[in-house]
Amino acid sequence: MNIPENLKYTRSHEWLQLLDDGAARMGITDFAQGEMGVLVFIDLPQEGDEAVKGEGLCEAESVKAVSEIYSPVNGSVRRVNRALEDAPESVNDAPYDAWMVELENVTGAEDLMDAAAYREFLKSEGHE
Amino acid sequence: MKLIYERAGESARMLEPLDVPALRPADGMARKTELKLPRVAESEMSRHYAKLGRAAFGVCDGFYPLGSCTMKYNPKVNEAMAALPGFTDAHPTQDAPGCAHALALAKEYLTEITGMDDMTFEPCAGAHGEFTSMLMVRAYHLSRGDHGRTKIIVPDSAHGTNPASAAMAGFEVVPVASTADGRVDVEALRALVGDDTAALMLTNPNTLGLFDENILEITRIVREAGGVNYYDGANLNAVMGVARPGDMGFDLVHLNLHKTFSTPHGGGGPGSGAVGCKAFLAPFLPGSGDERSIGRVQAFGGNFLVVVKALCYLLALGREGVPAAAEAAVLNANYLKKRLSEKYACAAPGVCMHEFVLDLTRLRQETGVSAMDIAKGAIDCGMHPPTMYFPLIVHEALMFEPTETETRETLDQAADAYLKLFDLAYTDPEALHNAPTTGSISRPDEVAAARSPRLRYEHTA
Amino acid sequence: MGGYLPGTERERRDMLAALGLSSADELFAALPEGVRLKGLSLPEGLSQQGVERRVRALAAENTVYPTILRGAGAERHFIPAIVNEVASREVFVTAYTPYQPEISQGVLQSIFEYQSMVCDLYDMDVANASVYDGASAAAEAASMCRERARVRVLASGAMNPRYAGTVRTYAAGRPVDEIPLADGRTDARALKNMLGADAACVLIQQPNYFGLIEDLSELTEIAHAAGAKLAVVYHPLAAALYRTPGECGCDIAVGEGQPLGLPLGFGGPYLGMMTAKKAMMRRLPGRIVGETTDRDGRRAFVLTLQAREQHIRREKASSSVCSNEALCALRAGAYLAAMGPEGLRDVAAQCYSKAHYLADRLAEAGLTRAHAGEFFHEFVTKCDQPEKLLAALSENGILGGLPVEGGVLWCVTEANTREELDRTAAIAKEVRA
Repeated sequence: MNIPENLKYTRSHEWLQLLDDGAARMGITDFAQGEMGVLVFIDLPQEGDEAVKGEGLCEAESVKAVSEIYSPVNGSVRRVNRALEDAPESVNDAPYDAWMVELENVTGAEDLMDAAAYREFLKSEGHE
Repeated sequence: MKLIYERAGESARMLEPLDVPALRPADGMARKTELKLPRVAESEMSRHYAKLGRAAFGVCDGFYPLGSCTMKYNPKVNEAMAALPGFTDAHPTQDAPGCAHALALAKEYLTEITGMDDMTFEPCAGAHGEFTSMLMVRAYHLSRGDHGRTKIIVPDSAHGTNPASAAMAGFEVVPVASTADGRVDVEALRALVGDDTAALMLTNPNTLGLFDENILEITRIVREAGGVNYYDGANLNAVMGVARPGDMGFDLVHLNLHKTFSTPHGGGGPGSGAVGCKAFLAPFLPGSGDERSIGRVQAFGGNFLVVVKALCYLLALGREGVPAAAEAAVLNANYLKKRLSEKYACAAPGVCMHEFVLDLTRLRQETGVSAMDIAKGAIDCGMHPPTMYFPLIVHEALMFEPTETETRETLDQAADAYLKLFDLAYTDPEALHNAPTTGSISRPDEVAAARSPRLRYEHTA
Repeated sequence: MGGYLPGTERERRDMLAALGLSSADELFAALPEGVRLKGLSLPEGLSQQGVERRVRALAAENTVYPTILRGAGAERHFIPAIVNEVASREVFVTAYTPYQPEISQGVLQSIFEYQSMVCDLYDMDVANASVYDGASAAAEAASMCRERARVRVLASGAMNPRYAGTVRTYAAGRPVDEIPLADGRTDARALKNMLGADAACVLIQQPNYFGLIEDLSELTEIAHAAGAKLAVVYHPLAAALYRTPGECGCDIAVGEGQPLGLPLGFGGPYLGMMTAKKAMMRRLPGRIVGETTDRDGRRAFVLTLQAREQHIRREKASSSVCSNEALCALRAGAYLAAMGPEGLRDVAAQCYSKAHYLADRLAEAGLTRAHAGEFFHEFVTKCDQPEKLLAALSENGILGGLPVEGGVLWCVTEANTREELDRTAAIAKEVRA
């Protein structure tokens, strides 16, 4: 399972990449995309929306399911990855490149897991 | 298959020549976009729909054991009676005593069968009846000045329409856990109810086909907490004439006349979602004439012609026929269940009501053949598949509801076919992954359909 | 045994024996004593002949009017015989929702064709497979527009009151305001003043309840300028003649499909048609059919975008609609195909011409129009004693217009002849004299 070392992770399987200017990008992990199956649509928030840690930020749709994607941190939406609207499959193909939302004024990233901790967490949940 | 747009010919001449001076709207108001409807000869049209008919599957084509859908035989006398000009040519605002009497008669039968005091036929389908019921629950609590009842309790095994209807009516949905056999966890329910409980939505028999033995206690818990007990009539076919929702402690009921009372499903409607209630809720019904009524949920009185069909069925069955149908439905389900249990695992052991659920988790683990593969294999045996992947609490679920209008011979043939499919999963799983081979198409690419939606015919320039 | 049970008593006993049971009663052992019913208090079942006799007698209690000049949401039109033929095919009548695409292409394709034709008619991008009727379609359209802080619906006071009532019921306490009228039409200036940051949509009926043509483009511009959507309830036949919802820039167009080949049927089943601009595609409620290919590359149709729907999204779905009016949609599709573009324009033009003819004759008889300006096939005339007039018409086999505030609302269709219209005017004249 691909779990890059430079990212932070949530128990709900989102990743967070802290950017140099204090902002952050988020998406879903390789494990999450595998569980969701082939994605057909990503519903993204609007620029300027408030993001609250642990609350729904995006939705990912497969043919027969819809999954809520939670915000890993608090912040406000600076940009969304509009390319996903036409190519939701890129989340399946390259989950760590296919960022969904860029957040600014980020708080609450301190307690997120690093790659090693996330790998342990997956193992403890029975996923190798 | 050709689309109707791709067929050719001149349309037939339909109307008599205009017998008054021809007038038209002024140019500035007139439509400018070309009206690109199909242009097709009537002879071509006749063949077109004949071809579409051959690529569809009705109850007239074979065994249709769709769980929770009650695909029983649709008597033809019902259709003939609903096509009488006295009904079809009646304007909904005209004085029509025959229609009023037909509705009153249907109400008489159905309130007796449900143990309710009053009923409306305005809702046009089951989900519409659920929504109407939830609006009545809301209006009832508000009318007593009780603004704190904001939550609807729904079992996690319920149909999706239940939580969706409750949310549409402005409620918060609180799931209550089911036990392994799909019954309501009574202790969990007791812990959930309170001053904020507006209602419980429940199907009984439940979605695993089991009658909840604790039903009287369940409805008492909700009633004592000040909530309304709402009965989703999706599974009434199992107990009609045998037990009444009203006697189980329910205050509010919706019926699917297009399931339980034999009106046909029409490829997805029209149905009728009649709502019955106890007297204390009657003022809140649509069309009650009381100022506390929730108001109308559609333009006129509902799907009247569908009610006529259900009335014909009720008249034909009568006092003895209604419970006899339920009994036969339950017998057929148990017989088929018993036969399929020779190889398949059931989600719940023992006697079921009108339907049962197979759990194919183990089959999938051992062979890679999924519930969907078996369902598709059934198509090649000339049957409509059962309901797949419902209820959600069973992972590889196949839900069978044979209904009372099938012969023992049909049930035996179906059972033999499913047992063969079970063996085939071990000997040639690939064949099942590739099923069906006898449909008008093989399995379609649903991912492509959802990713790049093509929802209408695109005219070539 | 009465009813429709195919099994013999002998078979029943054998099946019970196979289950190790001695009586059918044991099947219901799980039912607690308190809920077992001792017996229904209903009449005995009837034979089919008996059912026919009983139900024919009920139908015979109704007056079947040879002439109907009443609409208000339900109209009598000519229905080509092939439409009845197609919609009576047993396979279409008895099929379930097409959840198994491999054996449901016929139903799926018929819905896809219906969606296409409704889009063509309204000149809109996408359609769903239908909802219950025009009124519930209007209510669903309003729900589609509510988003975050935009929760308020502004509904024209010239909407069919049955539709406006349905919109209000569906709103379940969410705000719905009525836009005032100016001479029977939506007051554009008043609308401008009502629109705020919480406005979700403006709901207009075209032609409106009084049959009058609204300035839909202007109302749409006003709604859009305030960031609100415009949803219109548009008469399907009027769309063949007048500027379309698409041309007027509407976001959502819905309508009652009953005029497209469905009988009056005392109010139902009817057909709620729903279309939208592509940007609102994923907000459409209910089922939608899409085109794709099968494993062998053949054209195939499936139910698609299902993640919007209640069976997947549960309490987060925007609507709970499940069963819709598929067989009515099949009927409407067959009607539109049978008429073709010229035929449908002919129907609309005849409705228009004949309605204007009756309006002139009634005016000559002293029943002048209550409003000025353009109308399609319905109009309101002033009338002092509507009961007296309607009774006189009824005696002559004519169902007259609907009494409304300020007079009588008339509806004329291609099914009415000049002779009927002349006779109606003559009776009106006599009653006034």
